[in-house]
Amino acid sequence: MKFIKNYLIIFLVSSVFFIGCKPKDSEFQAQIEKNLKADPDLVNVSVAVKDQKATFTGEVKDHDTREKASATAKSINGIKEIANNVTITPPAVIAAPVEMNTDNTLMQGVKDATKDFPSVTANVNDGVITLTGNIKRSSLQTLMMSLNTLKPKKIDNQLTIK
Amino acid sequence: MTIQDKYKQLIDAANAGGVSNLQVKEQDNVLHIEGSAPDGATKDKLWDIYNQIDPDYRAGDLIMNVDVAASAGTKAKVTTESSNLNIRKGPGTDQPIVGKAAHNEIVTLQSKTNDQWWLIKTDKGEEGYAYAQYLSPQ
Repeated sequence: MKFIKNYLIIFLVSSVFFIGCKPKDSEFQAQIEKNLKADPDLVNVSVAVKDQKATFTGEVKDHDTREKASATAKSINGIKEIANNVTITPPAVIAAPVEMNTDNTLMQGVKDATKDFPSVTANVNDGVITLTGNIKRSSLQTLMMSLNTLKPKKIDNQLTIK
Repeated sequence: MTIQDKYKQLIDAANAGGVSNLQVKEQDNVLHIEGSAPDGATKDKLWDIYNQIDPDYRAGDLIMNVDVAASAGTKAKVTTESSNLNIRKGPGTDQPIVGKAAHNEIVTLQSKTNDQWWLIKTDKGEEGYAYAQYLSPQ
């Protein structure tokens, strides 16, 4: 009887011990927060760990940085699931002037871009490309794509679209 | 509403689509978006969004110069409407034609001379400059 009692005590003690060994969310969270702090790009990212699931929230500048947030939890044994709810905020407008081409460069470029569209007339004045004439709607995007690579100040599209 | 707000969906899509070196600048009431898309599908998607926000590109408040990232040796498909693509001696339509690549032919990019003209080589060994708008990196 005494033996059984002893076993029972051992069993109870070990149960408590195992429950005590349950992975600690707060420790994971502290470790991930430390990893986040180590990367200045992730300064606006927060993490919450619950039931071994790490949930990230906050803002970053781009897609790659968002992935870096998830990576801070991947190396931690015991994290079973990662939810990345971090949003991407576009980069702020930079004050540096936009690089633009001179009218001569634009005129040459416009000539090349409109070569296949004889019904389109393009004039260049002070960095602005003005389009007149007509074009099929299915060709408009092709023309606009090539004109947009020329670094003009503006494109004034007055085309009649057929 | 600022121009950036107007095109927010486009800028968000550029970020989500993995456009590298993305720059968004506003000058003289025109928004300039530049960057390099990882593939042609991403670039096309951005242009579709642009056209949804500003149907037929009438507003004149955006210049979107997003190219497709491609390095020397990349294969590119000739995406003319139906005709052959001229291969020229130099970068410009005033340059003599030295060869032609057929519609849908696959050519090899040698170098990007600028945003408009790429030096390419065909499988037949013809080398010269072709208009980048009609080349889709594969």
